[in-house]
Amino acid sequence: MRHTISVLVENKFGVLARIAGLFSARGYNIASLAVSETLDPEISYMTIVVEAKDEKILEQITKQLNKLIDVITVTDFTKKEHLDRELVLAKINYTPKDKPKLEAIFNKFVGKIIHHQADTAIIEAVGDQRQISELLTELDRFGVNELVRTGKLAISN
Amino acid sequence: MKMTGSQILLECLKREGVEVVFGYPGGQVLPTFDALYNYEGFKFILPRHEQGAAHAADGYARVTGKVGVCLATSGPGATNLVTGIANAFMDSIPMVAITGQVPTGLIGNDAFQEADITGITRPVTKHNYLVKDVKDLALIVREAFYIASTGRPGPVLIDLPKDVQVAQTEFIWPEEVKIRSYNPRYAGHPGQIKKAAKLIMQAKRPLLYIGGGVITSGASLELMELAQKLSCPVTWTLMGVGGFPSKHKQSLGMLGMHGTAYANHSIMEADLIIALGARFDDRVTGRLDMFAPHAKIIHVDIDPSSISKNVRVDIPIVGDVRQVLGELVREIKRGPEITDWLKHVDGLKKKYPLAYKDRNKVMPQYVIQQIEEATKGDAIICTEVGQHQMWAAQWFNYSHPRTFVSSGGLGTMGFGFPASIGAKLGHPEKIVFNIAGDGSIQMNIQELATCVANKIHVKVAILNNGYLGMVRQWQELFYKRRYSHTPITGPDFVKLAESYGAVGIRVTRKDEVRPAIDKAIKTQNTVFIDFQIEEEENVFPMVPAGEAINNILGGLA
Repeated sequence: MRHTISVLVENKFGVLARIAGLFSARGYNIASLAVSETLDPEISYMTIVVEAKDEKILEQITKQLNKLIDVITVTDFTKKEHLDRELVLAKINYTPKDKPKLEAIFNKFVGKIIHHQADTAIIEAVGDQRQISELLTELDRFGVNELVRTGKLAISN
Repeated sequence: MKMTGSQILLECLKREGVEVVFGYPGGQVLPTFDALYNYEGFKFILPRHEQGAAHAADGYARVTGKVGVCLATSGPGATNLVTGIANAFMDSIPMVAITGQVPTGLIGNDAFQEADITGITRPVTKHNYLVKDVKDLALIVREAFYIASTGRPGPVLIDLPKDVQVAQTEFIWPEEVKIRSYNPRYAGHPGQIKKAAKLIMQAKRPLLYIGGGVITSGASLELMELAQKLSCPVTWTLMGVGGFPSKHKQSLGMLGMHGTAYANHSIMEADLIIALGARFDDRVTGRLDMFAPHAKIIHVDIDPSSISKNVRVDIPIVGDVRQVLGELVREIKRGPEITDWLKHVDGLKKKYPLAYKDRNKVMPQYVIQQIEEATKGDAIICTEVGQHQMWAAQWFNYSHPRTFVSSGGLGTMGFGFPASIGAKLGHPEKIVFNIAGDGSIQMNIQELATCVANKIHVKVAILNNGYLGMVRQWQELFYKRRYSHTPITGPDFVKLAESYGAVGIRVTRKDEVRPAIDKAIKTQNTVFIDFQIEEEENVFPMVPAGEAINNILGGLA
């Protein structure tokens, strides 16, 4: 099962390595990771998405995260009310005649063209995991040449 | 007053109450060693290998309860500490390890003797620091000692680049240490303690299972009070040895892979396990899905991540064992009615006594028993890792905490001898024995020079069977006696000891055992006793790895 974990940490060098180490030591791959400063520049916020093969091991990782000196709080959003979003940038094949098709997509999803040059366009889109995955399926019709994603951001509500 | 980084370091160590530092010089710690020249703030011991420094600091910490301190140079000096740091981490020993580092401008350049030691030690330290600004140093040292010694203790490493050791700043001693993200919880939850008390009063077959946490938290008195109130049997892990007196009538000795048969049978039949500062390690539980099927479990531990890690726990109590026990004893109005259980456990004790068969050569168990007799049980016993370690845990009756020093979690051969140096420095008034095998002792034998040079008079009992005995035992039992690379040679230990200026004694017959021990104790020097023991004696009882803990081999004479 996929888990979304948020970690509030001291904004110091080495913190990310400590956290990543707890996953890698158990052979766990981090599916996505988003890190940035919070309102307090001394504190950073991380959203980690991880596939847990064994719930007990994930519980152990969460407890170990809490034990790290630089970790302030750990929240597993899996069983908690929360909102999540991800931003994607996609470079797609695009000519002006494709405009109506793309606009139809943007009626359904939050997105826009942020750059257009010759026969490619870069679009940006925001959504939750389901929306992003549906959007990517639709964009496939144009041909996606390059795709970058921020990884999931989660916030409690 | 302006001071250099190195001066600040020494001043902080002194103010933290450090009595002894085990360290080895090198290029990137030269400024600190220069500050140590004629320094009198604490004792400095030069081992003959950095691993020896780490284990000695560990041994010192185990017998005193204070933070052990070791110091090494960058690169190989630092990496040589790693085994010792990992060893302290696994056994929750408070330690501060300080390493020199190449100057900040060269870090990451593959400079001479550079190693990313904070990276290397990240998974085996409680926390670590790379000091990039001399202004941070005093607070970092202060935090390091605070983190190492509070909560579940552990090693903390400080990596100190050469330019930071030289840089000058105003020295300000931080009076208070507060880390917002680190707040160990000592007091147990009152509601949980009440629930535990209720469960205890209703128990029919309760059992106390104690681990290293009892020793770390200094809970022996509180434990005795609880044990007397419940009059139930008490068993312990290797780390818990000394937490409860072995000769007490409620004592079951050690449990687990090489525990007494009656301890293992008892825990399997118990209806309530009160686990105190123990972590249900695989060497204790055996096959997990068959472990203690009838028992409800109360688990007191300061580390939340130790609770419900291996076994399901009915009443978890996060807190310091000593504090929780104080509260718990008050909540228990009357002990449970357990006469039948005690009778049953007594029967198990009689049915499966701890025993060995006397054979032609010197028996290792006999040597341990004689060390106990000769010292009247009043000694600190350090061990290496292997058969001798288990015999030392089984056959010596410990009556006080911090008198048994052994590498439990990591199982580090070569630990005992340097640890005995630290133990002797921590308690110079005590007789300190290192019980060793002929394999283990060769892993840090260079520390003989340290003993002799500093007049640290430890007594080393080598149970010499010409084998890496524990591995040989597994090969005998599980690999059809194919003794693959377990026969091992060594030096003439008597001559070796003498060549270092220590004393060597060889024992080949039973009647020589006691006189040799008596002589070693009387001798004002470090002594190696080479006990040539029965070669293929096994450690019994034994539970094969992965089997249920009551599936026991041997144990009956």
